[in-house]
Amino acid sequence: MIHRAATGVWTALTTLLLVTPAPAAAQTTPSAKNSWTLSRTPDGKPDLQGIWSDNTITPLERPKSLANKEFYTDEEFAKLSARLKKGEVGKEADLGAARPQAVRYDLELYGFDITKARFASTKRTSLIVGPEGVLPPMLPEARARNTRRAAERQGHEFDSYENRPLGERCILMPQEQIPMMPGANEGNLLQIVQGPGYVTLLHETDHSTRVIPTDGRPHIPQQIRQYQGDSVGHWENNTLVVDTANFTSLTAFRGSSEKLHLVERFTRTAADTLIYQFTVEDPSTWDKPWTVEVPWRAEQGPVYEWACHEGNSMISTILRGARVAEEETAKKEAK
Amino acid sequence: MPIDNEGAHLYDQQRNMLNGFRSQVIAGIASAAVLFLGAAPGTGQTPAYRALRTADGKPNLNGIWQALNSADWDLQGHAAAKGPVSSLGAVFAVPPGLGVVDGDEIPYLPAAAAKKKENQANWVKLDPEVKCYLPGVPRATYLPYPFQIVQSQKEILISYEYAGAVRVVNMDAPTKSPADSWMGWSNGHWEGETLVVDVTSQNEDTWFDHAGNYHSDALHVVERYTPRSADTLSYEATIEDSKVFSRPWKISMPLYRRVEKNVRLLEFKCPEFAEELLYGPLRKKAGK
Repeated sequence: MIHRAATGVWTALTTLLLVTPAPAAAQTTPSAKNSWTLSRTPDGKPDLQGIWSDNTITPLERPKSLANKEFYTDEEFAKLSARLKKGEVGKEADLGAARPQAVRYDLELYGFDITKARFASTKRTSLIVGPEGVLPPMLPEARARNTRRAAERQGHEFDSYENRPLGERCILMPQEQIPMMPGANEGNLLQIVQGPGYVTLLHETDHSTRVIPTDGRPHIPQQIRQYQGDSVGHWENNTLVVDTANFTSLTAFRGSSEKLHLVERFTRTAADTLIYQFTVEDPSTWDKPWTVEVPWRAEQGPVYEWACHEGNSMISTILRGARVAEEETAKKEAK
Repeated sequence: MPIDNEGAHLYDQQRNMLNGFRSQVIAGIASAAVLFLGAAPGTGQTPAYRALRTADGKPNLNGIWQALNSADWDLQGHAAAKGPVSSLGAVFAVPPGLGVVDGDEIPYLPAAAAKKKENQANWVKLDPEVKCYLPGVPRATYLPYPFQIVQSQKEILISYEYAGAVRVVNMDAPTKSPADSWMGWSNGHWEGETLVVDVTSQNEDTWFDHAGNYHSDALHVVERYTPRSADTLSYEATIEDSKVFSRPWKISMPLYRRVEKNVRLLEFKCPEFAEELLYGPLRKKAGK
């Protein structure tokens, strides 16, 4: 999917960038010594600009053994980080697609170095905030909906391009989907560029771009549905608040419906730290909203062009493989 | 240095007078009104229009813009013609156009001219836009879809509705491209009222239009965006490619601001629309 030439260069650069040591304690409030002031754009808005990465192995949901413990102490966090540097990870980490047993096709994941991974600098035990730290229960109607969909797909996974995942079709890849969920080390650079009245979020993944107006305008008409929904923003003091609705039913964020409603909040708390919070609600899927907090860390870039569709030989190879397998089965049965 | 809008204007006006602008001396310069310079008769040396400034004193190009011509069909002058899909009749016929090429001639080298003809004869199969591939520069500018300019201090981001194409123009000290790409590597700077963008490192896989006009990986494009009124820009692109053309050549066209209230770029994720074409033949046959 990714142009091979760029991939090798990108892998090398990413590994190089992850060598930069994390700041000792990227707090959410600057200490007296750390006199950082939030700079402003020429039109007076908080400056969130830069190139950011949210790679982390802190899991979305809290490990059961940690019960209501929302934060690690400084000591615990230091111990975890020290073990990680030796390549040791336990249940407190989620390696996602970078875990040793995962099936991988992508060059970038082959270059994954576990000692360069990080826990979230917020010292949270899970990305979901709150005492429970887990996803709220899924509503019965959502379970039924998703079960029905899975049943319809069963046995037809390779019939046609329409049956393949949106990521494989280069329509909506996991690292470009909103809300923005981190991976262990997957390519996910985010570049923020601000102009008067707009904040632009440019994902390296599939060059996905959201140009978000901040003038408080309403959403686009209800009947216009988009894979990435429609985002409108406004400033609340130093925080950018983005409200997104108008999702399609195919977007299906963790099994959500087209009623998905998302509120994201971006606050820069240090020169190299952007705190990203999002609240997800979907009255057809979960019985209550849930909130996630992820720290983004400044990176050097550059952001490369990710021409997913142009280089997509994967989907045709997969479909062709299915057709070949069917031919062979048919030949055997004919004998 | 921070000069407010009126201060900057007064500074420019005095400078123009010193440059030999011989029209009537304007007395009482200390006036609250912002004056626009009138068109210099015939000389073309001073800009006809001075754009409003951004908060950091640069010409303000922020906004949603769109070309209004048939350049994406054919850069050169062309008559209307039947379209390639007869079942779509007049809905998908080729619209006529006066052409956007200076001198209306594209100076192909002899061998390249033959390839252009071949491209044109087979454009439905070969034009990368049919497959929803990224359009490259300058084609991205004159596709029949709007694009948005977001102007920051060190970067100018241009987001195109078509295929979500995007590029970030570096406005700081020029940097070198790390790798070839579909949309190229853009370094920009200001020349008076004009944004000049130097685009290199585009791969050879894009076309300029449906008429088969193409280039190699030696393509070098210099764009010029100049405000010509509150709601229009003048766009020029100089194209050179020593493997394909015998000399540089230039296209030019106005760009129009989309002025509707709350106008937005919408999603046009067109890989989905090209899938049947690309992967339809790989579909499981019925009855198996």
